[in-house]
Amino acid sequence: MADVSFLLNGTRVDVANAPPTRTLLDWLREDRGLCGTKEGCNEGDCGACTVMVTDTFGAKALNACILFLPQVDGKAIRTVEGIAAPDGTLHPVQSAMIDHHGSQCGFCTPGFIVTMAAAHLNGATDHDDQLAGNLCRCTGYAPILRAAEAAASQPIPDWMHDDGAASFPATSTGAHTSAHGQAAAGVATPRTLDDLATWYAAHPDATLIAGATDVGLWVTKALRDLSSVAVLNGIPDLAMIERRGDLLRIGAMVTISALWAAMKPLHPSFAELLRRYASVQVRNAATIGGNIANGSPIGDGPPALIALGATLHLRQGDARRDLPLEDFFLDYRKQDRRPGEFVEAVTIPASAPALRCYKISKRFDQDISAVCGGFNVTVENGTVTAARIAFGGMAGTPKRALATEAALTGQPWTLATVEAARIALATDFTPLSDMRASAAYRLTTAQNLMLRYFHDLAGAPVSVLEVAP
Amino acid sequence: MSLGKPLPHDAAPLHVTGQARYVDDLPMPGHALHLAFGLSTVAHGAVTGMDLSAARAAPGVVMVLSAEDFTEMPDCSPSAHDEPLLALGEVHYAGQPVFLVVADSHLAARKAARLGRITYAERPALLTVDDALAANSRFEAGPVIWARGQSAAAIEAAPLVVQGRMDVGGQEHFYLEGQVAAAIPLEGGDMLVHSSTQHPTEVQHKVAHALHLPMSGVRVETRRMGGGFGGKESQGNALAIACAVVAARTGRPARMRYDRDDDMVITGKRHDLRILYRAGVDAEGRVLGIEFTHLMRCGWSQDLSLPVADRAMLHADNCYWLPNIRIESHRLKTNTTSATAFRGFGGPQGMVGIERVMDHIAHATGRDPLEVRRANFYRAVPTGPGTGRRFGGPQSPKPENIGPQTTPYHMPVEDFIGHDLVAELERTSDFATRKAAIAAWNAGSPILKRGIALIPVKFGISFTLTWYNQAGALVHVYQDGSVILNHGGTEMGQGLNQKVAQVTAAVFGLEAGHVKITATDTAKVPNTSATAASSGSDLNGMAALAAAETIRDRIAVHLAEKHQAQASEVIFVGGRVRVKGADLGFAEAALSAYQARVSLSSTGYYATPKIVWDRIRGTGRPFYYFAYGAAVTEVVIDSLTGENRILRADLLHDTGTSLNPAIDIGQIEGAYVQGAGWLTTEELVWDGKGRLSTHAPSTYKIPAFSDRPRIFNVALWGAANREATVGKSKAVGEPPFMLGISALMALSDAVAACGDGTVYPALDAPATPERVLAAVQKVRGHV
Repeated sequence: MADVSFLLNGTRVDVANAPPTRTLLDWLREDRGLCGTKEGCNEGDCGACTVMVTDTFGAKALNACILFLPQVDGKAIRTVEGIAAPDGTLHPVQSAMIDHHGSQCGFCTPGFIVTMAAAHLNGATDHDDQLAGNLCRCTGYAPILRAAEAAASQPIPDWMHDDGAASFPATSTGAHTSAHGQAAAGVATPRTLDDLATWYAAHPDATLIAGATDVGLWVTKALRDLSSVAVLNGIPDLAMIERRGDLLRIGAMVTISALWAAMKPLHPSFAELLRRYASVQVRNAATIGGNIANGSPIGDGPPALIALGATLHLRQGDARRDLPLEDFFLDYRKQDRRPGEFVEAVTIPASAPALRCYKISKRFDQDISAVCGGFNVTVENGTVTAARIAFGGMAGTPKRALATEAALTGQPWTLATVEAARIALATDFTPLSDMRASAAYRLTTAQNLMLRYFHDLAGAPVSVLEVAP
Repeated sequence: MSLGKPLPHDAAPLHVTGQARYVDDLPMPGHALHLAFGLSTVAHGAVTGMDLSAARAAPGVVMVLSAEDFTEMPDCSPSAHDEPLLALGEVHYAGQPVFLVVADSHLAARKAARLGRITYAERPALLTVDDALAANSRFEAGPVIWARGQSAAAIEAAPLVVQGRMDVGGQEHFYLEGQVAAAIPLEGGDMLVHSSTQHPTEVQHKVAHALHLPMSGVRVETRRMGGGFGGKESQGNALAIACAVVAARTGRPARMRYDRDDDMVITGKRHDLRILYRAGVDAEGRVLGIEFTHLMRCGWSQDLSLPVADRAMLHADNCYWLPNIRIESHRLKTNTTSATAFRGFGGPQGMVGIERVMDHIAHATGRDPLEVRRANFYRAVPTGPGTGRRFGGPQSPKPENIGPQTTPYHMPVEDFIGHDLVAELERTSDFATRKAAIAAWNAGSPILKRGIALIPVKFGISFTLTWYNQAGALVHVYQDGSVILNHGGTEMGQGLNQKVAQVTAAVFGLEAGHVKITATDTAKVPNTSATAASSGSDLNGMAALAAAETIRDRIAVHLAEKHQAQASEVIFVGGRVRVKGADLGFAEAALSAYQARVSLSSTGYYATPKIVWDRIRGTGRPFYYFAYGAAVTEVVIDSLTGENRILRADLLHDTGTSLNPAIDIGQIEGAYVQGAGWLTTEELVWDGKGRLSTHAPSTYKIPAFSDRPRIFNVALWGAANREATVGKSKAVGEPPFMLGISALMALSDAVAACGDGTVYPALDAPATPERVLAAVQKVRGHV
């Protein structure tokens, strides 16, 4: 059990003895009687439960259905009930949604309002990306876009600055954790890396909660009881991106949103992949460390990172070790991670001009890849001198395409070589069929992505997303 | 005057502030119970053992009910009494409710529902239409066959025969608010039910039956749904019945909502089907004879499958004159969830078949697809007084060459506006110029290819179950002049309440905001029809109009007497009531009438005229009128991956004289995107054991924000309905859904551009990247 304090629509709330996996959504609706925030899917895929959470990093939209109460300790939360002024004056996004007929059944509307208000506060006008995580089944989105565009030119209402300006309530860290950040009853909220290392070494069976975008579903869908958890979002050292010469060291708790921003100038193709990584609400919560440690064969981070030649930094107690990221993934959902060991960071080169990342899914936004490929081929004087190619969705783990790489290396960078590599690719992978794609489609598409890569480097248009009407 | 104004949805201010209440938001009286079903894990089998002890012992559980706890199992079916609330010794699909957990919280109920230990003797499961055909597993004794003319002979004699097969996937409704109901026990054994349903009277009827009460003992209230789309026409019955049964047994309020995954596994979806077609055509691509076979996968229970399959047959013609036609419809019974109503109710499935045929004919004849479509259009028939055309003179064309052509079910198509509407859309969408530009662009683009298509829509308006074409309303005017409105329709986001309020307000010369809209309530308006078949405003608008006019006329008579005038001289306009020299506020007029002991409350009633229908023979006039539309969609595909995207859509749609153009445009935009989603990203996948693999939004992909067309132009046709509908408007809920078919046909066009023109793409739906790539490989001769 945890004691948690936060601001809720401007008012301090203290929750005593919160079960560690009580979701903010259930608490809002069932305990607090604030029913404006809706449950649409209970797995972070529809955005109907979106709330705005503000902390020292700023204001962001998050899915309340997969947000545990201990994660919002010390933060400020604004629900749809708190978007209008206390006197009832509507926020510009609310007025615009009425004026532009942006609501029909109205059930998704609170989530849209909060996402739009958070984007409005942050000055974000990339509406397609900001609203990718809010599903609407009635409107076809056109009127919501018109509303978002109309509201964008309106000033930010004064009251929306309150959360950022507020002095946050004292967090309950001291109240219920020991010197090593150990929880009295199953919830640890370590504040330093050393605290985490020590605590986890002593509790190797505990569940580490980074962004909870996957662990959340263990609770809301698999209905698991997590008796011992550590919430990691209070460790500043884990959330840093450091430039070290030609390398970039990315802390495990760096969110996908933060990583996206950092990658835009350095690795634009990786950044474009991260733009399509789930939705803004999920990217604001999900971390690169979680994406790696989770070991999913369809996580979108690892193929790109492996193609970049990433090094993974692991820590167990006081012991640290490094390994190439591809070696971390042993088998389906099995990683080279020892009891009590956790992902501390990942290091990538700061430059890789030939890196390209391709994600294939049924839907462009907020979808899980059928196939995700990272390509990084070095060509010098017309000859391939190095190749790193990795795929997600093609095996039980994210996996390098070693035979494909071998078929390229030392060869002239020509269509004929690419054809040979396409054939070699079939020896690298034996993909499975599932609800996302058949094995045959996965293999054919992976092979074709090799061809896309060739044309892409040559400057030819290769993506339907780049075609203007 | 409030009629025709583009006013916002009446509840929009509540939506945007989070104040709009849905059933799960209602504060419940103390000690409320929460329910969850334990589900079958096999598609077909006999239950050989059921150990519910762990579920009963789970924290928070109050009781667990299964078949043995009922002497008579309540039925949930809207049609055939074939859906027991809980399985009776045998399960018919994976996901069928087998037991019911009653607990003190939603989460406790869900957790306990996983703890049932049920063993089955599995039986062979019929999962596909092929399985069902082979086993002759079907509803009704055999296929329904409607024929007109001599199709076989006409095809035989035709210069060219086009034939093929098309698989069309189903569709999950994905209403954002899942199924939910609550029951509150009242005194004397009566029951109050809050239900997220499109059909409160059906819920009332089913709950009354389950509780052995007269319908008068059950009151069902529906303030609003968070989306329906047909998915709440019958699929909410089980939750309402379960809540009522538990509330009756315990005397405690009970609420039930499905978790999203449970919702998608348990409830019905749009019927998927296979369409077989064979058409004989002439050199211009005109259809001389055509035969369709519809293999509809209906699932385990009958539900609404018969009228859905009927409506598919009724829309097999779309806008085209098909002189010789035979349609054979198989309603196949399978061990899958029972397919149900979904926006269009079979119409889209019928229409996509003929549009596929038109596309195929164009390919086979080498003619422009739009010209082929136009060559097959029904004749435009503005005839009779006022049209400038009369018969009988020596120079007149023969009546048989100018009168209305008839649908395959022998209904004259008197109102066909397709020629003019399509010509207008061609012009506004710059269709010909863009088509040429796309061809040029494709010639220089080896990997990415564009495609474009224009398709028309004609959709029949009325329930084919004729007695559903009636509605009631109840209007009160209070002595302070405020007005309250109740009608039999339900609000699921479509703006029905706003439209009916505008109709009502207009009668009194008031602004729409003056009319208070209240929850649909079976105690206020009885014997309502489902809010379905696009009929909501047609039926309920007319009923409310009648109620309001009754009251207005009473006020007029009263004021006329008072001011020595004729009732017809009393004018209601701009919130004022004027007669002779007097000029009263509406409130004054109401107070005056009240004090003169004039009733200011009235019911109103409406029954749709003109319709007659023999569904066995497939003849008659099932529809009061047709609603029309047309769409141009432009897409781009990637020939390496099959990825595809809608670049632009131009829609022109006929809503008659719109009651509210903003709401109508909202319906059209939303319907188009939903229709395009059905045919592109929305793929339902079952595994080999009949279990649905795509049971959450993580795996089932409805269109997201950026999937809307990059350029999205929507316009209303605007001509008045020739029939005497409310305000001369036309129904709008379903017809524009089928405009989405243009997306599939545009994809077909883009795929065709990948080949040399010799192979027809024969693109199935949904056109996921995988299906598009397969079609590309086919036209390139790679398979």
